[in-house]
This record gives sequence, C-alpha cells and structure tokens, in this order.
Amino acid sequence: MADTTATPATMKVKLKIKRFDPADSGGKTWWQEYEVDVHPDSTVLDSLIEVREQEDGTLAMRCACRASICGSCGMKVNGSAKLVCKTRVIDVAPNGEQLIVEPMGNQHVVRDLVVSLDTFFNQINRVEPFLQPSFVPEQGEYTASNESMENLLTSMNCIMCGCCVSDCTVLEVDSSFIGPAALAKAWRFTEDPRDSKRDERLKTLNDEDGGMWDCTRCMKCVDVCPKGVAPMDRIMELREAAIEAGNTNTSGYRHTESFYNSVKKNGRLDETRLAIDSAGWTNIPRLLDLAPIGIAAMRKGKLPPLMPHKSEDHKKVRDLYKSVEDES
Amino acid sequence: MKYAFYPGCVARGGAPELYDSALAVMERLGIEHVELTKAACTGAGVLQEKNLKMGDILNVRTFAMAEQMGLPIMVLCSTCQGVMSQANHRVKRDPEYLAEVNKHLAAEGLEYKGTTSIKHLLWALIEDIGLDKLKETFTRELTGMNMAPFYGCYMVRPTDALEFKANPTRETSIEDLIESVGGTVTDFAGKTACCGFPILFINQANSMKMVANHTGTAKDLGADAMVTPCPLCHLNLDGYQPKARKQVRGDKADLPVIHVPQLIGLAMGMSEKVLGLQKHIVSTKELVRKAEAAPAKV
Repeated sequence: MADTTATPATMKVKLKIKRFDPADSGGKTWWQEYEVDVHPDSTVLDSLIEVREQEDGTLAMRCACRASICGSCGMKVNGSAKLVCKTRVIDVAPNGEQLIVEPMGNQHVVRDLVVSLDTFFNQINRVEPFLQPSFVPEQGEYTASNESMENLLTSMNCIMCGCCVSDCTVLEVDSSFIGPAALAKAWRFTEDPRDSKRDERLKTLNDEDGGMWDCTRCMKCVDVCPKGVAPMDRIMELREAAIEAGNTNTSGYRHTESFYNSVKKNGRLDETRLAIDSAGWTNIPRLLDLAPIGIAAMRKGKLPPLMPHKSEDHKKVRDLYKSVEDES
Repeated sequence: MKYAFYPGCVARGGAPELYDSALAVMERLGIEHVELTKAACTGAGVLQEKNLKMGDILNVRTFAMAEQMGLPIMVLCSTCQGVMSQANHRVKRDPEYLAEVNKHLAAEGLEYKGTTSIKHLLWALIEDIGLDKLKETFTRELTGMNMAPFYGCYMVRPTDALEFKANPTRETSIEDLIESVGGTVTDFAGKTACCGFPILFINQANSMKMVANHTGTAKDLGADAMVTPCPLCHLNLDGYQPKARKQVRGDKADLPVIHVPQLIGLAMGMSEKVLGLQKHIVSTKELVRKAEAAPAKV
C-alpha cells in the first residue's frame, strides 16, 4: 500500500512574471508564464532561481543572502511587496495557484524584476542618515544607555529592501514624498540621545513639502515591512515629537489639534469645525475652496450640522481628558 | 442577534444616509440593537497622533459599556473598526497597560475585563447572519450589475489586530457580499489602497489624485458603482469626485459610491428614499434604475 503521509518529492509552481528589457522591447513590458518543479519547502526565490537556471537564462533578478538579511530580493508577489527569500510558496499559493511576480513599485525598473535603488537612497539621504553629536568625548566612544538603544531597535532592523517604498500609497501619486523608509530612519536619529540635531531634524521634516505630514496613515508600509520596522508607527511618533517641540505651523498640526479638542469638547467629532480649523481661520483661499463642496453637500441634505452633536455624556469625556492631561 | 450599536460620528453627521439605511436593513433582518449614545469618538487615528493613550482610554471606555451590557459592538465604519480593534489588541495583550487605562475609568464606575468584540455590519452579515440566511431576505437578483469593492485601510490592516487569521472570510468580505446579491465583482488593485481622506485637508492635490485614480480606474473597468464599508472613504470618493475627476483626469464624476447597507437594501427591494441614495453627490439614478429593472429573485 502506498504511504500517503510521505511528503511528495517535488511541487509544481506556476509563475506569471512581468518582463522588461530596455534594449529590446522599446520600453514595453510583457508577461511571461513559467512552470517549474521544486522542493515542497521552497521559497518564491527558489522557484525564480529554478526558472532562471532551467527555463530562461534571460530572466533578470537580484538576490544574495537568501536569508532575509541583505534586503536584495524585494519584489511584488500577488500585488504586494515581499522579500521573496522569506516567502514560502506554500503560504502564498496553498492550492497551487499561479503566482504573479512583478518588480517593486514606485521605483525605476532597470530590467525584469530589478529596480534601481537611486530613488530609495535619494530619499534616505534627505534625512542626513548619520549621527551628529555636538561634542567629541575626551576619551573612548560615544556612550548611550541600553534602554535608549533598545528603543531604537525597531527602526535599526531596517535592511533597506525598499518594500515599504514600493507599496507606499502616497508615493504612487507624489514622487516628492520622502517616503516611509527615510522617515523611519530619521526617527532613529531623533530618538538617539547622542544626536544633537533633534530639533532641526524635526523642524525640517515638519516644514518641508513631502515631509512627515504627507503620510496618509494607510498602514501599507507596516503591512509589507519584512523586518517589523513599522515605518508608519515611527512617522506617528515623529509627528507627536514635532508637535511637542513646538512645530505648530502646519495643516497637519491644526487638523490633529482640532480633532483632539473637538472630542474633548463634544465627546464627538465636529466635522465642519475640523475642515475650517485645518484650512486655518484666516486662510481665505482655502476657506473659499471648501465652500462649493459644502454647498453641494447641503443641497443633498448631507452637510454635517453646523452646531455639533454632542455625545450624551460629553462632560464625563472632558473629565477623562483632564485626568489624562493632569497625569502627564 | 443583538448588538451594542456604535454608528460613529460620520454616519450621524456627513453621511446620514448610512445611518438610515443601516437601521432599515437591520430591522428587516431582525437585528436588535442598543445605541451607545454615551460613547465618545474613537479618535480615528488622528487624536492618537497627539495622544495615543487618550485614544485608548476613550475606546476602552466604550468597550466597558458594551461589556456591562453583555453585547458585542457593531460599527458602520472601517475606521471605527480598525481603531477600536487596534486599541482592543493593545490592552488585551498587556494587562499592566489595561490596568492603567482602567484607573482612569474608575471614576465613572467602569472597568474593562477584555471580553468585548467589535464587528462591522459587513462582517456581522457574513459571520453572524450568514450569506445563505441573508439571501433569503432578497427580493431582487442584481444580475448584470458590476460593482468594485473599496475596503478602507483600517478594515484590512493591520491583519493581526483585525483577527484575519481566525476569520479568513474578512479578506474577501465585500466581494462575497457583491456576489451574494447577484452582482459581478469589478476587481482592481486600488481596492485596499488609501482613498485620500486623511490628507484631504493637509495635501489636497494628493488626495484628489487618489480619488480620481480609484474611481476612474473602476469606471474604466466597467463598474456601475463602488461599494465601501467606510463612510470616510465615501465622503472623499463621492463628495470630492466631481472636483478630482475634473482636476486630474479632465472628465466627469460618473461612479456612485454606495454604502454596504445600501447595496443590501437594493437587493431587498427597498426604495431609493429609504436608502438615502438621493443624498449622494454623484448621481445614483442610473444605478437605481438598473436595480429596479433587475429580475425578481425566485
């Protein structure tokens, strides 16, 4: 009798790969399908290497360590960025489904699955990614407490694979955005007690176009980061730090502040007030810009009330705010 | 089925048709509810930028109210779902933090033990009612109607707080619902992307590009409407669609963006008025006409 518990020796993997050859295709991309037999424990990278070695030597891709340390093999699998060396086929195609493999997004494609890292490193360089202490220690090295270094571990885990940049929904519409990787890197220095440029760094990222306030909080970067850096969480901490350091000149700040105070006052969100506060009460062009939308909504009977609804126990919410604010 | 009902600020403000259509559909389904009128806003992730703990305290207060009633919470908003799920996730895995949060609630006589679950109407329809039972309430077969899903970020990420592993149907919930009413899914890559609403007042140019890309792409792929469980996505994708489409694509707003209970209501044979479809900025007339012409369900 056949042993039904034994693992089969090989597994079929079906791949549909986006191809691009700048020399031959006149700038056009095309899809090519492959089918390979690999060991059942294989990763997507193993399958791609099998394609290159056995089926099609022209397939271009980048990989090195094969152990999710070097950050070379970032690409899109079924529409979302992954390190393919860390992605087992069985997890993304449990029933032998075809895998769609594409180069990472928001970056220039050099050939097939290889993207240029220029965009990525231009973003990283914008945040001056190096320690800038204000003094030279008389002897020995710059020291820092264990706790302060442990706090930085999330961001220091970054292996610069570019997955977060690939799937960033803001970069999709605006290439001037500094991007999640660079902001997480900046946070690593604003939180380092040895760095002397904290205030300048926060001010720059607060003030500049494409800085910390342009993130939409969509969490794609948190979702795709293979190393747990959670860039968006770092961006939220940067915003909190920027506000604390007195940077109050942005729509982003006014938006957050208005939201916070609206709930404090009413227990609920005052949508009308939020729109006006964010625009700025003296910013006439921005306010005029809001008017047609408000009128269209009013005509349809869906303008939020001008005087906000309050939750029944809004005074208790105010007391709660007080108890939390007093504590800090 | 009985829930502690948390409609959220937008269903009670800028998208009143969501509240009305949800109540109509819930009544038809025999879903009982007690509205949490004393609960505060979730903070929508914005309040949390300034003070994460304050946000957690407000949400845990709401969880404690529902816990006292012995009911799960039902929400109508992807953002409410996500922000509440994240807060619940944080306090449930850290008893010390929960105790700290509970200290602030003691003055009101509230203490959260960690047993409240939070379910969007969309998930409740699939997980608690079941699609087969739901279909029994439909009077029309919306065949030939193409609909594009649009989830809203907070309904799909982060998957651990949203308990996707334990509830695998959550990943395809809108598609499953569209198919249940007899419609055809218009699949497109933007369905789990950002609608642009969070940066509407911060970087409107980027926000408009997102609105134009998503609605334009879905329309180009043949969609008659877009279906969303998030009223914030709705506000941007519907309310700002005329401006965005003109500014970014040079064309006209032509894709209605409907709420989950409106889709169900159309299949139940409810009228345009009851579902508040006349309140949309992008005209729903053609959509309503198609639904009314749809064959009766046998």
